[in-house]
Amino acid sequence: MLGAATKRSAAGEGEPMAADQPTGATSSEPVTKATRGAKTIEVRDVDLYYGDFHAVEGVTMTIAPNKVTALIGSSGCGKTTFLRSLNRMHELTPRARVEGHVSLDGEDVYAKGVDPVEVRRLIGMVFQQPNPFPTMSIYDNVAAGLNLNSSRVPKSRKDEVVERALRGAHLWEEVKDRLDKPGSSLSGGQQQRLCIARATAVEPEVLLMDEPCSALDPLATLAIEDLISELKNRYTIVIVTHNMQQAARASDVTAFFNLDATGKPGHLVEVGATDQMFTNPTEKQTEDYVSGRFG
Amino acid sequence: MESATLTRPTTLLSGGLGWRRRAVNITMTVLITAAFVLALIPLISLVFEVAKRGIPGLSLEFFTDDARGQIGGGGGASHAIVGTLVITAVASVISVPIGIMAAIYLNEYGEGRLRRALTFFVDVMTGIPSIVAGLFAYALFELFLGPGIRLGVMGSVALSVLMIPIVIRSAEEVLKIVPNHLREAAYALGTPKWKTITKVVLPTAFAGLVTGVMIAVARIVGETAPLLVTTGVVDSMNTDPFNGRMQNLAVYAYNEYRSPGVFKQAAYDKAWAAALTLIAIVMLLNVAARLVYRRYKTEIR
Repeated sequence: MLGAATKRSAAGEGEPMAADQPTGATSSEPVTKATRGAKTIEVRDVDLYYGDFHAVEGVTMTIAPNKVTALIGSSGCGKTTFLRSLNRMHELTPRARVEGHVSLDGEDVYAKGVDPVEVRRLIGMVFQQPNPFPTMSIYDNVAAGLNLNSSRVPKSRKDEVVERALRGAHLWEEVKDRLDKPGSSLSGGQQQRLCIARATAVEPEVLLMDEPCSALDPLATLAIEDLISELKNRYTIVIVTHNMQQAARASDVTAFFNLDATGKPGHLVEVGATDQMFTNPTEKQTEDYVSGRFG
Repeated sequence: MESATLTRPTTLLSGGLGWRRRAVNITMTVLITAAFVLALIPLISLVFEVAKRGIPGLSLEFFTDDARGQIGGGGGASHAIVGTLVITAVASVISVPIGIMAAIYLNEYGEGRLRRALTFFVDVMTGIPSIVAGLFAYALFELFLGPGIRLGVMGSVALSVLMIPIVIRSAEEVLKIVPNHLREAAYALGTPKWKTITKVVLPTAFAGLVTGVMIAVARIVGETAPLLVTTGVVDSMNTDPFNGRMQNLAVYAYNEYRSPGVFKQAAYDKAWAAALTLIAIVMLLNVAARLVYRRYKTEIR
């Protein structure tokens, strides 16, 4: 069952994954990010369907821990669909189906008996449009992960978690005096940072980001990109982006998706280190896309 | 040129497309305004008439005294007012949880054929004649408690049959408006579905739900036929819905008008006053619904 925490020594930043077995500890242990390394996601032969429509076919890749992996490709090629299959959000759409293998540090995410709710606690998501809960204050928004999941958490611990998450999202200084104001009273960039704080407050292993900056202005975008390069030290990050320059700036690994024709399923063309993908890709399609010949 | 070409103004100041178009515009404006006024006339006339005839019947006695033992044309309707409030309150207690939970099922969980069938039945239920609801409630209680039984709670059950479909329909509409991205945000945090509903969806929809409930209450507060066969007619104050007949404003008005006794004018006055009180209750509910909505609504970007 997912939800076990792997204990690591505090020096474990970016170290290769030793063959630690999940200890079977319950998630109620106060395991902090310092004692938990980010996890690897293995994807093998994943096919995604909406009813009878084959949306994405045959994706096989490894998403490395403590790195930012960018998914790029033209509109409609299945990047977001694929992203949502990693934390079992794809199946929330009626008649949506996943085939293939997705595992988190070796544990099959789609195995029988695995609770999707547990998966989503370990793999968090930030969406394209910032979506703070409108009925909650800034404080409650960040603490939402705690309030909505666990049983009663003492206020002092909640305060600690909220402050840490807001500091981590570079939002603390701006909102520390108005934590009780509604979450929707912030600007777009601030709201997105609030959503990032909310996602990191529950200390997931992996953070999925679906075009997090596409609704933001350039300054806010820069702030979020800086944030992402810090966050990768603690989490594994996968980011879908339409913006090639952002992928080149902000990611370590890039995966290029493409469609053969509309109506055909999207597929993974090539994946590799970002530098190499943008200067010397293997596939011609990739080279055409990154040099702007289409897309 | 031929009329097949588009007419276009040659310059901006050439007077537009002529007087004909302006004439049509003015005519339509007049017609639409006249239709609006025509639609308002019955409503205003009704309120005016009820007020005119009802005010003479209003008095302190009307609000504080019941009709027990009154022979001389005196007495009041306090038992009817309290009865209406009690019966409506019990009906709400029955209908609101059932209606809202059904709406949650239909909107958040239901799919395919079962959901379509349930929606169809709810739509059918909104059209049930109120006397049918009353006879149903009577038959149900007669089954367990024998013939001739009359209780306040029977009236509440009858009114619930009428109220539940209205609550379901309006709650469903409100839940549909809650944007899906809020649910997704909660799911992405690892929130189970039921908790997403109680802690995110329902609070966001709260103002709309309250408004829907108040509209449903306003709809049933003046129902007469089902209450005639379930709660009966009685002259004395009764606050216990589980014990004996209970008077209410609608049946009271009907009764005073139908059997005015010797002092006809006093009886008619009281009937009109009861009608006026009912209208006032409905108006108060609508105003309260608006205030709640304004205070609690959530701006969703």
